[in-house]
This record gives sequence, structure tokens and C-alpha cells, in this order.
Amino acid sequence: MRLKLLAGLVLTAGLFQPFPGALADTGQWLQSECGSCHALEQPDYPALGHAERLTRKGPPLYYAGNKFHAGWLESWLQDPVRIRPAGVFPPGAVVPSEEGDVIDPAKLEEHPALDASQAKMAADYLMELRPHDELIAATAYTPGAIASRMGELNFTKFNGCDACHSDGPGYGGLSGPELYTAWQRLQPGFIASFIADPAAWDPHTLMPKTGLNDSAVERLANYLKLIGEQAP
Amino acid sequence: MNYSATLLASLLLAGSLPALAEDVQHGENLYTIYCTQCHGVTGNGDGVNVPAMSVQPRNHRDQGEMSARTDAELFKAVKEGGKSINKSVLMPPWGGNLSDDDIHALVRYMRQLCCQSGG
Ligand code: HEC
Ligand code: HEC
Ligand code: HEC
Repeated sequence: MRLKLLAGLVLTAGLFQPFPGALADTGQWLQSECGSCHALEQPDYPALGHAERLTRKGPPLYYAGNKFHAGWLESWLQDPVRIRPAGVFPPGAVVPSEEGDVIDPAKLEEHPALDASQAKMAADYLMELRPHDELIAATAYTPGAIASRMGELNFTKFNGCDACHSDGPGYGGLSGPELYTAWQRLQPGFIASFIADPAAWDPHTLMPKTGLNDSAVERLANYLKLIGEQAP
Repeated sequence: MNYSATLLASLLLAGSLPALAEDVQHGENLYTIYCTQCHGVTGNGDGVNVPAMSVQPRNHRDQGEMSARTDAELFKAVKEGGKSINKSVLMPPWGGNLSDDDIHALVRYMRQLCCQSGG
């Protein structure tokens, strides 16, 4: 990682002050603005245990460079519309009601927005965070086409992804991120790798690791491509 | 949850094992994190995802339904998923996310939910 390398050079040179380069400054700025909700370095999951998930306030960002499209990231940070209908920790945002559990909008906060130059700096820094290049390299996925009906059956009946995710506005479950925008937001290799083994990315993910084979993963990723390219 | 306070209090009154109380807390935490999205924050089968689901999740507070299952059957359903017991794929397998110890803690917690609830 570029930052580590620079820090290493500074240390070898015997300078123990914070490196004055732009990246390091951005890192400190992000840590103070965003670090209270987002992990910018990999947490010690085994030591923290599952309780880490109970107190998590935002999705992990320490593998942002393996996950997002840079252009999407930069523009979302300026106009952060909701991705997870029930927030990052659904049990904390829902309340029981006569009709079953419902989302309490009062428990969902608006995301802070950045101006254009801050968003550019933040996105440049976050895209350097790529601790899981090896997971991406291990996916065999090449984007392709799938018939809409077949894709939908894979997403619903065969694999039950729709229990937690929406594949169109107003359709599907609410505990996971909306997926009709996944293709715009996320790198294809990340999509395939996360579907195949979500726990490899996030040991405390709320998404079950179901052990799908490569061709099942491919069909699902291609379906997200199809609906993502149709999305407004 | 009301109930866990009652449970903890009764464990304390019985002068018993902090280890047991810790295990119950672990089971409750796991249930909150991974299971309530479908089974509901009170465990009654009415989670936030249910309107999108074609099969209703089990009501873990239903003593009759839950008594019809052995611990081993509950363990298998959680570890290997609904399909492994000829039930819906909408009940996912959790063996790739949780350890056997975690799943045993969940089974014990479900037993408390269904059958020893004070509140
Ligand atoms: C008060 C807590 C909080 C703070 C502070 C915060 N975020 Fe977030 N962030 C969240 C939550 C909650 C979400 C999930 C939003 C959603 O899914 O709709 C989120 C989502 C994101 C996402 C999308 C992640 C994904 O996996 O979909 C990015 C990128 C992001 N935040 C960047 C930042 C940056 C950069 C900062 C600092 C400038 C920041 N956030 C500050 C809580 C926070
Ligand atoms: C039990 C609920 C659940 C099921 C079932 C589920 N997911 Fe997820 N999924 C999640 C959650 C929650 C996340 C966000 C990560 C987290 O918070 O654990 C997620 C994340 C994802 C992501 C990354 C999206 C992002 O913006 O970070 C993709 C892609 C995805 N799921 C695809 C699928 C597919 C395909 C299926 C069916 C094989 C599926 N999921 C089944 C809950 C679920
Ligand atoms: C994606 C939604 C979903 C999630 C998340 C989920 N379940 Fe389920 N569960 C279901 C559905 C649906 C059924 C009913 C299946 C049927 O009757 O065919 C069910 C049934 C069950 C059963 C009863 C099986 C039987 O013998 O009839 C048990 C036990 C169970 N779930 C435990 C859990 C536990 C523990 C968790 C958390 C680790 C969990 N579930 C998470 C949807 C879910």
C-alpha cells in the first residue's frame, strides 16, 4: 500500500513526525470525520467477537478500493442517498408493530455530505485501500448476459436472495443493501466474490455464506448486471 | 429484552454459574444480529423481511411448534439450512458464518424463547 510505503520511508529516515504528504493528511481527516462510524483499518474480528456487529455504526470502508467504482464513490459522497433501507444494523432500526416489524425512519440518520473537492480527496484515498486483492484475483467471474426470467428465478426461488435484498424499487427484502443499483456502485469482481463468500470479506456479515458454485455465482452477478443497467 | 433480564435475575437468584449467563447473552446477541431480520426482534416470526417472503419464518415463541423439534433437529436446521430438512430455502444455512459453539448457543437461546419466557 502506498501510504504504508511512504510511512515506512519516513520511519527509516528517522523522522517521527506525521508525514506531511497529502495522503497521510487525508487519512487523518477521514479518521476524525468518518472513523467514529466506519472501520478504515481491518478490525481485529476474532478479538472483538460477534459483539462488534452489535455496535457497528457504518459499513466497513477499509476495503473500499476492492469494492466501489471510483466515480460512483466520488459522486455518492456528495449526494449520499440511502442504500440500506433498514440502515447498517437492521435490528436497531426496526420496531415491532401489529403488521410485524417495521422500519422506524426516526432511527435512520442522514449521511453527512462532502463538497466536490473533499469528495475527490476522500475517494482517491479510499480507492487505495485494497487489502483483499487476493480475493478478487481468486474469482473466475467474467461479466455476461442472462435472460431476465432466468435471472429472476435464480435471485428469488432458487436462492432466496430476495428475502433480504430488493431487485427493483419496492420489491424484495429490507435487511440488505438494495441490489438494483449494485452494478453502478460495485466492481464486478467484488460482486462475484462477495456472493460466493461474504464471510471472507466480513466475518460478521448478516448475509449467509451458502457455498454457491462458480456458475450459480455467475448467473446471480449477471442478473445484477442486467437489472443494474436497466435501473434509472 | 424484558425476558432476558428475568432470566438473568433467576440465574443470579439460583446462585448459579456466570458462565451460563454469559452463554445465554451470547446466544441472544447472535440471535439479534443474524436471525431477527427474518424471525423478528421478538422472535415471533414477523421480521422486517417477511412481507417479501413466500414462506413465514418459524415463530420461535410458539411452544407447541418448538417442542415438536429436538435440539439436534434445530441445530441441523440452523447449520445446514431449511433445504437440509426439506423446508424452504428461505431459511439459510449458517454453518459458513457461525461456529458449532455459536449454533449450540442459538439452540439454547431458542429454547429459552419458546419455553421459559417470563415476559
Ligand atoms: C454517523 C455515522 C457516520 C459517519 C460520521 C459517516 N458515515 Fe458513511 N455511512 C454511515 C452509514 C450508516 C452508512 C450506510 C448508509 C446506507 O446504506 O444507506 C454509510 C455509508 C457510507 C458509504 C457507502 C458504503 C457502502 O458499503 O455502501 C461510504 C462510501 C461512506 N459512508 C463514506 C463516509 C465518509 C467518507 C465519511 C466521512 C467523511 C462518512 N462516511 C461518515 C454512517 C456514517
Ligand atoms: C439473510 C439476509 C441475506 C440474504 C439471504 C442474502 N443477502 Fe446479500 N447481503 C445481506 C446484507 C445484510 C449485506 C450487507 C453486508 C452486511 O451488512 O452484512 C449483503 C450484501 C450483499 C452484496 C454486497 C452489496 C453491497 O452494497 O455491499 C451483494 C452483491 C449481495 N449481498 C448479493 C446477494 C445475493 C446474490 C444473494 C442470494 C444468493 C444474497 N445476497 C442473499 C443480506 C443477505
Ligand atoms: C432470510 C430469512 C431467515 C433468516 C435470516 C433466518 N431464518 Fe430461520 N427460518 C426462515 C424461514 C422462512 C423458516 C421456515 C421454513 C419452512 O417452514 O419451510 C425458518 C425456520 C427456522 C427454524 C425451524 C426449522 C424447523 O424445524 O421447522 C429454525 C430453528 C430457524 N429458522 C432458526 C434460525 C436461526 C437460529 C437463525 C439465525 C442464525 C435464522 N433462523 C435466520 C427464515 C430465516
